[in-house]
Amino acid sequence: MKGKDNPQLKLAFKTDPLDISKAGEVSTRVRRELQKLNICPEVTRKVSIICFEGEMNIALHAEKGGTVVIEVWSEKIDILFEDSGPGIKDINLALLPGYSTAPQWAIELGFGAGMGLYNMQRNSDFFEISSEPGKGTRVYSRVSRFKCREESINEPKKSC
Amino acid sequence: MNLKNLVKELNLQLLHPEANLEREVTGGYVSDLLSDVIANAPEGSIWITIQKHSNIIAVAVLKSLAGIILTGKIMPEKETLEKARKERIPLISSQDNSFITAGKIYKLFSQNK
Repeated sequence: MKGKDNPQLKLAFKTDPLDISKAGEVSTRVRRELQKLNICPEVTRKVSIICFEGEMNIALHAEKGGTVVIEVWSEKIDILFEDSGPGIKDINLALLPGYSTAPQWAIELGFGAGMGLYNMQRNSDFFEISSEPGKGTRVYSRVSRFKCREESINEPKKSC
Repeated sequence: MNLKNLVKELNLQLLHPEANLEREVTGGYVSDLLSDVIANAPEGSIWITIQKHSNIIAVAVLKSLAGIILTGKIMPEKETLEKARKERIPLISSQDNSFITAGKIYKLFSQNK
């Protein structure tokens, strides 16, 4: 039943641990679904980048994998990542661009730029991260759709 | 300049036919770090890299890049090629290394200004 308190669209994914060959599929899929809903390119790009980086973080660090849940609301898009991986000791340090704890095998594949959480934060209108070493990490990202709305008033073709 | 001209002028090898070569290339970006490309590569630019695994296609899609050039005679993994076809991302091979490839493209851009 569609009601005021239900999102327009809800997508939930399980991310496989330590497998980057499949990682990237969530972001591609999410991008396609947002395009189907005619969400404007700017918001679609932001959400896809957040999904890609979050998905990669889980794939690289959480040996038991994790989950990604995306909810599309009329005014915003919520993205929630949860894993029961090793957790982050110093969140402020982890958020600094260039700081990385990626394993060697991942660095050889071009991960470990230390830009993952930074890219997620930069593309979010609201960003919250909580983590407990040994327990896991939870990241909540929100992307507002209001900017899209303003664009769509001026340029009807880009409607959201 | 579009990708078709770029491939022809620099004698590059296009690795699959399912690609839009008419698209205007707005510039270039050289990096082997995926998150750096996500943070800094401009939309519509050509990405020069030695990374050959399938995640590069996801990055190119995310950033609406014009295409990817693999340098130093590096060939993509089978899965990368399949994804490139599916997502219609131009995947190109260069015999030169990243430095030489970028230099040639930069020169071409300067001449076409």
